[in-house]
Amino acid sequence: MNTIPVTHFLVVGAALFSIGLAVASTKKNAIGVLLGLELMLNAVNINLVAFSRHDPHLMQGQLFALFVLVVAVCEIAIALAIVLRVFDHYKTIDPDKVNRLQG
Amino acid sequence: MELIAFYFFAGLAVAAALFILFTRNLMYAAFGLFMSLLGVAALYVFAMADFLAVAQIMIYVGGVLVLLVFGIMLTQASRSGANYVRVENGNLPVRLTVAGVMFVLLLKVLFSADFALSGPVESQKSTLKQLGMHLMTTHLLPFEIIAVLLLAVLTGTGYMAYNRIRIR
Repeated sequence: MNTIPVTHFLVVGAALFSIGLAVASTKKNAIGVLLGLELMLNAVNINLVAFSRHDPHLMQGQLFALFVLVVAVCEIAIALAIVLRVFDHYKTIDPDKVNRLQG
Repeated sequence: MELIAFYFFAGLAVAAALFILFTRNLMYAAFGLFMSLLGVAALYVFAMADFLAVAQIMIYVGGVLVLLVFGIMLTQASRSGANYVRVENGNLPVRLTVAGVMFVLLLKVLFSADFALSGPVESQKSTLKQLGMHLMTTHLLPFEIIAVLLLAVLTGTGYMAYNRIRIR
């Protein structure tokens, strides 16, 4: 298991983060944006876990990743509840069309 | 051998993420996220985070994805009829360029960085016991705070979804 260098994990994390960014900014649907957000949070978690490998006694990376996991779940639950309310109010969840505050 | 398996799962995660980016069907995008999260869980195993890998599968694949699919079902206008959740990709070239620039920038930083890693990779054994020890000793405060956060989120989402039915 010692053969995989940390850079490999970081490159995968960077790729997933960039794709998540593209998804979050491209999708014309609030749930699509949430999918991109989840991808970005996972990419960050990969980095934390990869660095935690070199810290086998304190394992702060894995603990931080665990907390990120829980906060991500909280975020997705709240966001979906908000999306449902927005859908009731506007009859659409296209972020571009929810623009009543626009001047 | 491990490197090949690593590349396989990394490729799986990235390919599934790209599939999310380019598909027009939101339901397929959710399944793409499923594959991507499974790939990430496998990467956790390669990074010797066995507990996190299992937690990833249980929380994301078992919980978040079901929640997302419920969200997709509840936010579709019933007039479309067909079982095809279409979502447009707006302004794709510009945003792909932005993301690509971001990726190149991150790679540049990664390969020019000189990480001061504290030591070589050791322990092959499970990290579960250590994680539990740390959660109950050094990281007790964040652990409790996150418990309160979960309670607040539970009541908040329940309240929002419940009122939604009554207003109709």
